[in-house]
Amino acid sequence: MVKYVIKRVLYMLLTLLIIITVTFFMMHSIPGDPLASMARNLPEQTRENYYAKYGLDKPAGEQYLIFMENLITEGDLGESIRYPGRSVTDTLLTNSRVSGTTGGLALLFGIAIGVTLGIVAALNKNKWPDYIVMFIAIMGITIPAFVMAALLQYFFTVQFHLLPTTGWGRPENLVLPVIVLSFNTIATYARYVKSNMLEVMNQDYILTAEAKGVTPFNVIKNHVLRNAFLPCITILGGQIASVFTGSFVVERIFSIPGLGFYYISSINDRDYTMILGTTVFFGALFVVAQLLIDIVYGVLDPRMRIKAKD
Amino acid sequence: MAEETMGMGPIPKEEPIPKEKFTVIGTDDFSGDLIARPQVSYWADAWRRFRQNKIALVALVVLAVMVVMVIIGPHLNGIAFEEIDQDALNQGPSAEHWFGTDNLGRDLFSRVWQAGRVSIAIGIAGALISTVVGCIYGGIAAYFGGWVDTILMRIVEVLFSIPYLLIVILISVITDSRSIFSLMLALTLTGWCNTARLVRGQMLQLKNQEFVLAAQALGVSPWKIILKHMLPNTMSVILVAITFDIPNYIFSEAFLSYLGLGIAAPNTSWGALCSAAQQTFAFYPYQMFFPALLIALTMLSFTLLGDGLRDALDPKLRK
Repeated sequence: MVKYVIKRVLYMLLTLLIIITVTFFMMHSIPGDPLASMARNLPEQTRENYYAKYGLDKPAGEQYLIFMENLITEGDLGESIRYPGRSVTDTLLTNSRVSGTTGGLALLFGIAIGVTLGIVAALNKNKWPDYIVMFIAIMGITIPAFVMAALLQYFFTVQFHLLPTTGWGRPENLVLPVIVLSFNTIATYARYVKSNMLEVMNQDYILTAEAKGVTPFNVIKNHVLRNAFLPCITILGGQIASVFTGSFVVERIFSIPGLGFYYISSINDRDYTMILGTTVFFGALFVVAQLLIDIVYGVLDPRMRIKAKD
Repeated sequence: MAEETMGMGPIPKEEPIPKEKFTVIGTDDFSGDLIARPQVSYWADAWRRFRQNKIALVALVVLAVMVVMVIIGPHLNGIAFEEIDQDALNQGPSAEHWFGTDNLGRDLFSRVWQAGRVSIAIGIAGALISTVVGCIYGGIAAYFGGWVDTILMRIVEVLFSIPYLLIVILISVITDSRSIFSLMLALTLTGWCNTARLVRGQMLQLKNQEFVLAAQALGVSPWKIILKHMLPNTMSVILVAITFDIPNYIFSEAFLSYLGLGIAAPNTSWGALCSAAQQTFAFYPYQMFFPALLIALTMLSFTLLGDGLRDALDPKLRK
């Protein structure tokens, strides 16, 4: 197990290094330099100082080494080009708290509802609760988040004046974004839990348990659910990612000052250091989440431990 | 036989049948081995099973109608999709403008189908590119095996662990040309990884199966084994992957266009139309309604079609 974890951590670091390196050189391969439009009218000396401030006077290889050194030793991702004086790392940390609140709530809410719906659907296979759940699940997968957000805004605020359209800071601001963000999670989990449960119910050990005279409730609780939930952990990584990428759109629509909101605005501003920093941050978040999930999965499922040993 | 005759009185005395009543009708033509019923090919069988799935059939019909409309739709009411009519801004659906007009007075009926062309073209092209690349990559990994396989799959693993939309956004920022070509590049750059994994997994599984061993034992040439046995069995996986890939690409493109990184004006896509309608949604909800409905309908149809195809093509369900 320890060997497996070490191997996975090494792969994670390699992946991160590749993400950072590729992103860095991609950002630097953009024709024209990020300061060109601002520095156009500056006197020669000022312009040189300006470039030197961001280290843009040095060759790309040297810039990369400096960037990596600052990142590893101080966790420093540089300074925003568009908004001088604004540290990328600080901005990321402040905004990620906002995104983490909506994203985290959406994830919890989504998993709770999705798992419940999945169980209901599996226990009532081919009856009306199953059809309703699968209808919701299909809706969650087929309706884009921005359409969903617009619809909710229209009905809850424009028509019935129940909730604020946009904004941040009050609890009622959270309701609509969390619903929109969790919709995809609900759909994914409902489908996944249902199909897993149906698969487990066909296994021989369930038949054995029933033959031994275990009550139906205990069969579901101790045998079906335990085995059906395990694989659900593996899609959690993808769900975390989708909550964050979903936040690009949702945060923009609801004007939530989170990571996604700033990522999109830094793209529109062509704020290269911000884009680079946020990409690295997102990549790291995603890769670390995947690693943790793999490890948790290995700990929870004894079968995985044996496989890892082989 | 004995029990049946028991109750029917005494058994009549057997008279030996004279030999000349028997004629030899031939024993050397192996007629017992002939297949009497017409042979059902794999695809005919799949089609038979697919037809039984009414939902998938409806989805297929909806998609067919959609494709036809996308081809003829922009010309149906005689108003070009980029034509600006200053006298008809933000009009609701009417006899002249069937889906209404947008904030520049452009006819939404024509625009929606024109947008559909771009969206569906991107979906199909993206799925085809990722299928071709994925098949070759996965095929090479499975065929050569050993260290080639290890290295190729490690690369896929690393690419796979980078959030997809992050790459797409990054590439579209860097290329910055907003053409369909750079959009396709951004969308397919890592989109093929999933197909590569699927194809490799399927090929590896097939390589060790009994029917391939049997074919080898019977002396079938490797080329024919790949063509006759491996490929049809992989086809089902690939085909299902394509049906799920297409809506994913349409979705990703809609997402990019929504963020303003997708297709550039005057051309448009469903995502771009939704994005444009978002600002005035409270006043002109119909502007969002039609493109959103078409995205949802396309996604739904492809998802249901994919489910149906998976059930129809899975040879393990054959009875």
